[in-house]
Amino acid sequence: MNEFVSEIIDHYNHWITIFLMVAGLYVVVARGNMVKKLVGLSIFQTSVYLLYISPGKILGGTPPILAEGFEVYSNPLPHVLILTAIVVGVATLALGLGLVVRINEAYGTIEEEEIFEEGEEE
Amino acid sequence: MTEQGLHLADQLPALQIALPLTGAVLCALIDRRGFGWFIATLVSFAMPVISIMMLAQVLTTGPISYAFGGWEPPYGIEYRVDIVNGFLLVLVSLMGAVVMPYARRSVAAEIAENKQAWFYCVYLLCLAGLLGMAITGDAFNAFVFMEISSLAMYVLIALGSDRRALVAAYQYLILGTMGATFYVIGVGLLFAMTGTLNFVDMAERIVAVEQTRPVLAALAFITVGMCLKLALFPLHVWLPNAYTGAPSVATVFIASTATKVAVYLLLRYYFSIFGAAFVFEDLPVTPILLIMSVAAMYIASAVAIFQSNIKRMLAYSSVAQIGYITLGIAEATPLGLTGAIVHLFNHALMKGALFMVMGCIAFRIGNCRLNNMAGIGRRMPITMAAFVIAGLSLIGVPGTVGFISKWYLALAAIENGWWWLAFLIMGSSFLAVIYIGRVIEMAWFREPTGAAAEATEPPLSMLITTWVLAGACIAFGIDSEMTAGVASQAAEALFAGLR
Repeated sequence: MNEFVSEIIDHYNHWITIFLMVAGLYVVVARGNMVKKLVGLSIFQTSVYLLYISPGKILGGTPPILAEGFEVYSNPLPHVLILTAIVVGVATLALGLGLVVRINEAYGTIEEEEIFEEGEEE
Repeated sequence: MTEQGLHLADQLPALQIALPLTGAVLCALIDRRGFGWFIATLVSFAMPVISIMMLAQVLTTGPISYAFGGWEPPYGIEYRVDIVNGFLLVLVSLMGAVVMPYARRSVAAEIAENKQAWFYCVYLLCLAGLLGMAITGDAFNAFVFMEISSLAMYVLIALGSDRRALVAAYQYLILGTMGATFYVIGVGLLFAMTGTLNFVDMAERIVAVEQTRPVLAALAFITVGMCLKLALFPLHVWLPNAYTGAPSVATVFIASTATKVAVYLLLRYYFSIFGAAFVFEDLPVTPILLIMSVAAMYIASAVAIFQSNIKRMLAYSSVAQIGYITLGIAEATPLGLTGAIVHLFNHALMKGALFMVMGCIAFRIGNCRLNNMAGIGRRMPITMAAFVIAGLSLIGVPGTVGFISKWYLALAAIENGWWWLAFLIMGSSFLAVIYIGRVIEMAWFREPTGAAAEATEPPLSMLITTWVLAGACIAFGIDSEMTAGVASQAAEALFAGLR
């Protein structure tokens, strides 16, 4: 039993990742407000940053610089990848919000239900 | 001089990405619409030249490996062209080039003047993203290019004149980003298990960890993510609105390239990285894909029959046609895969031609509603004849490209001993007969009324490009040596694997 508990606690970073991932997806699916959907999408994307970065850190490891007396190094590649992913996320969010502004101008609302109702009348 | 020429020939894979990106920047900086079209045409005509040169090189001397920035693979990003993505690069770049002469008049008619240069800018970004997805040999680089092409596509769709295009673009943004994020989660898990992002390196290292839980989860995430991108039924909900709302040129381009590149990436993971034995023998991927594909073929075709907007009808037909492609993958034999790959090419030709016809009609009568098309065949006979040819091809009449793909798919089904599947493939063609027949009946057998009565043939630049694609539907249908030949080599290469 103790092993099982410590197994769960040892992997707490993954539990946080999974919580953010599922919470973000839930917001995207459950909310009809277009801005809230984008917030959910951002949380979902953010969980991936954790997924990449946390396994890259080795406890007791140093940055990958060769020096005497240091044997264990953390992998720097995940950070670089996620830097790119953050840029992608920002671009997506910006474009999404831009679209919401245009939708608000065209329809006068950003609630999906109201927009679909209007769409049926056309 | 020759030394320099040789040097340039070594850089072809990089040019495939660098040229459209540079062109996009130029279009954005020099905000003139004539100039934007000029640059976009120049670049998109250079692309097929480069990709055909690369494919020829691959066919004679084997895969090309290009270390980007001089960093040796697997540490740096590798651009790797083998016969599979070489073929796909040719397809995407050819479609990109064919669209351009058509675009000048169509874009001028559909998009506000101050946005036209930006349209070409975004179009080139989209082209760069799609070509990048196809050419790269790096899992994370593929994600970045996927997002470049997707973001560009959202903008292209939102440029549609109808306000519903905005909602369609938003929906696509949400689902497309979810798909890409699922993909990148899968890549993250693979990276954690293998410690590499290079496709070739990953294929070697994955063998040791193949049966672990993270790898299985990665396979699931990548499958769902890519199926969202390639619009496999029932993950297709973004597609009909997006294709309907986008400007005609954007629809032609997106419909004939975007989903195809996503299919390629799925093939790359299934066959080159995870390995066909693992995916199709140890795991129940075949029945899942089979059920989805057959559902797509029948349900999407049935929905297509009841559409009043022909662009939307063709969009649903695209979902059905993607079902044929994934069906070929599910068959998991070299013959079935040949069918899938050749259908990638053939579907791009016929759907491109059909959407171009819709663009010509929208150019003359302003929309694509079936009711407004009564008798339009008598006023625009040359245009509508192209529709008939491409439509027959969609149905799969012998002598057209559609027949070639269905022939391979049915043969593979019979080879596997699935007679019922061969009948299902034939049966689904009848649904295509109905929805194509509806348009032909309306266009040719009614008296012209309303706007259709005053319609005339579209400008020559649009008419000729439409007929180039419609002609290709017949040319490659009669002589399938080249397309099917390359496709079967590609299928064999996929089964041989990267290892």
